[in-house]
Amino acid sequence: MRTWKVWEQRLVKGISFLAAYSVIFILLFLLFVVFSKGLKALSWGTVFSLPKGGYYFGGEGGILNAIVGSFYLSVGATVLAVIIGVPAALFINVQLIRLKRTQNTIRYLLDALWGIPSIVYGAFGFALMLLLGLHASLLAGIITVALLITPILVRAFDEVLKTIPVELQEASFSLGSTKTETALRVIFKQGLAGFITALLLAFGRGIGDAASVLFTAGYTDNIPVTLDEPVATLPLSIFFQLSSPIEEVRERAYAAAVVLTFFILLISVSARFLSKRYAKNIIK
Amino acid sequence: MNRIRRITDILVNVWMRAGLYLLLAIPVLIGVGLYWKAAPIIGGHSLSDLLFSRQWFPMKGEFGFMPFIYSSAYVTVLAFILSAPLCLFAAIYLTQFGKHRLLQVMLPVIDILAGIPSVVYGVWGVLVIVPAVAKYVVPLFGVVSSGYSLLAGGVVLAVMCIPYMLNMLIEVFQTIPVGMKEASLSLGATHWEMVKHVIIRKGFPGILSAFGLGIAKAFGETIAVLMVVGNTLDISVSPFSPGYPLPALIANNYGEMMSIPDYDSALMFAALLLFVIILVINLFFRYFIHKTEKI
Amino acid sequence: MITYPVFSYQKAKKPQRMVNHQEKQTPIIEVKGLNVRTREGEILKNINLQIPRNKIVVLLGPSGCGKTTLLKSLNRLTDLHKELQVSGEVLIDGVDILKVSRDLPIMRQKMGLLSQRPFPLPVSIYRNVAYGLKLKGIRSKDLIAHSVESNLKRVGLWDEVKNRLNSPANSLSIGQQQRLCLARGLAVKPAIILADEPTSALDPISTKIIENLFKELKEHYTIILVTHVLRQAVRLADHVVFMYYGDIIEQGHPDDILKRPQTEVLKKYLVDGN
Repeated sequence: MRTWKVWEQRLVKGISFLAAYSVIFILLFLLFVVFSKGLKALSWGTVFSLPKGGYYFGGEGGILNAIVGSFYLSVGATVLAVIIGVPAALFINVQLIRLKRTQNTIRYLLDALWGIPSIVYGAFGFALMLLLGLHASLLAGIITVALLITPILVRAFDEVLKTIPVELQEASFSLGSTKTETALRVIFKQGLAGFITALLLAFGRGIGDAASVLFTAGYTDNIPVTLDEPVATLPLSIFFQLSSPIEEVRERAYAAAVVLTFFILLISVSARFLSKRYAKNIIK
Repeated sequence: MNRIRRITDILVNVWMRAGLYLLLAIPVLIGVGLYWKAAPIIGGHSLSDLLFSRQWFPMKGEFGFMPFIYSSAYVTVLAFILSAPLCLFAAIYLTQFGKHRLLQVMLPVIDILAGIPSVVYGVWGVLVIVPAVAKYVVPLFGVVSSGYSLLAGGVVLAVMCIPYMLNMLIEVFQTIPVGMKEASLSLGATHWEMVKHVIIRKGFPGILSAFGLGIAKAFGETIAVLMVVGNTLDISVSPFSPGYPLPALIANNYGEMMSIPDYDSALMFAALLLFVIILVINLFFRYFIHKTEKI
Repeated sequence: MITYPVFSYQKAKKPQRMVNHQEKQTPIIEVKGLNVRTREGEILKNINLQIPRNKIVVLLGPSGCGKTTLLKSLNRLTDLHKELQVSGEVLIDGVDILKVSRDLPIMRQKMGLLSQRPFPLPVSIYRNVAYGLKLKGIRSKDLIAHSVESNLKRVGLWDEVKNRLNSPANSLSIGQQQRLCLARGLAVKPAIILADEPTSALDPISTKIIENLFKELKEHYTIILVTHVLRQAVRLADHVVFMYYGDIIEQGHPDDILKRPQTEVLKKYLVDGN
């Protein structure tokens, strides 16, 4: 073999090795910085109490309002997304099973929708809110986030549903089930692992997104009791507190960032774990 | 079939259809909704004025989006230059040269990191990148900067795009049939020649798509950039000066725009602009992927 | 170190090998104590095998018995599957391919590969055949053009494609693609052809063409053919190796092996196979 070929290969291997490990390093470094800064600022008081008087000037209190608010908002949005998305995903995979072109076109559109930035959803949500006569509130936030995460939920669920063999549906039809019964009893059950993954994925996106709730959910120091009250969210609490000139307030932003990152990691890991567990009951 | 079964069948069917149609209507609704809110400003100004004018004086009714478009393009291109080669080579290493175990460990890690909210990347940018730019990079060039700059925005975006693009690239490289790699090697190609002639050539549409979608993501990213980019109206060539990308404009001003006439409409126009640009990029590159997946 | 002098290409018209009697008798491939395993288990268990020159050797056995893995260990394509651990010796003309590093591409060029499904490279028909030559460092356009033509003629593809040499290779039919892959392999002047169920994706007519080509080619090449079509083994084999769960159970002349099997496993396989 010619020497220059050897050298070319070594050079490329070297470059790609460096690239791979610097990527790994950067990502680990990011997690390290966020955790090391945040864990120092983290305490029971920060997580489990509401902001008290003078909080935004370094006073006592915590970010419980944002944690609970994010949870409310994301649960609401996920429920809404399930109500719209699950039947849609089943429809694509049961009623449209023979129409490959239609299926692919729908998937293509949904994939493209996945890429729309959340600030656009935020602006649209705001316009919608004005149209419906709402003001910045939990409800408006839920609707906006639901719009954002429904395509994600549908596509993630659909990815699993589309691997279910057609024969299974045919077997169900031959036993006298209607299409909807097949969809709910057979296909949904087979795709349960995918459903859980999709659910958690959508929930995680809902918790983490800031730009869509910026003008639709408002912000408050309290935990909302009704749907038309404004609600605080974790990403926004990080964002607002970090822009404060006061060191103590910024510290709490770091703590909130750790809490948020921790939730997201927890959701991702449990999604992987659960989808593996439920996958055991699936006919291959 | 008894009556209850038939009625449930019809009802569920209606529900499924409604869900799907609503879902497919979302992009249309967004487009129409934003256009409707942006109509006053589109009616009152010529499109070329809005897009290419540098005069941004909302109080005087002058809305030139050029500085924002410029900033957006600047940070996006910067992020792309920083992340794309890195991702390409890292994906090649992980799928071709590296140990099998490394890829198995990295795949879920990359997947999880892709789900980390952008605000966390923003926090990291404020903690690490902004001070690093101010303390270490700027003095090298003999300029003064707070660190909140286009460069910081570009770097944070680049890091955000890494897991996203890497994920797609690895997927692209893994779909290339083993038989084709074997053919190249058995004809006497070195490992790198095989990668060059088979993996990169065969995966080229996929690589382009991953890059394109990465660009689209960077272009529309809001919070992380907003936190580090400085948000100052300026058209400057220097990466050390602050910028003001489109998403940051929308996010920053929504609270205060109600008092100035046409301001909310201008912001809706910015959102519409983002929507159209990114939808077009997405449709274009997704089409690539859908085409190649079928083969 | 093995070198392939460029001038040997001038003799490309008559692919005759100048071999003395001594060389003719030593096996061209010798496998000694080859083990291939994954973390889950063994795929090949202590394989010892000698492959004679200019013969068609058929590897026979039920699917999953390790035939393909054995074939791919011969030119070390097992490298592509990083989860595989390979140990032992695979001597090609006396050189252990598992131990070479920088000469691996040259060693691999001694073996042409024909896989289950044709995998044309994502370039034109012409450049598929020219690919190996360019890798060898041959720059002369005439030499390459000549080799492309003669090898395409040899597999009977020239008349079908001579007017569209620059169209993409995957525009051909599957049968044509497989012949293209054979021509591509022959162009680098290998001594051995490794064929992994090369006709399993083909129609009967293309199968016939490939089988007849093999019969012609064995005059100058050693062919190792993996198949699970018994009749194909009978038609082509000079030597049959029967494998079962990573072991070689029986081997020998097809008349002995297939007509008078010694082991129960092979008897059962022959009955079920027919």
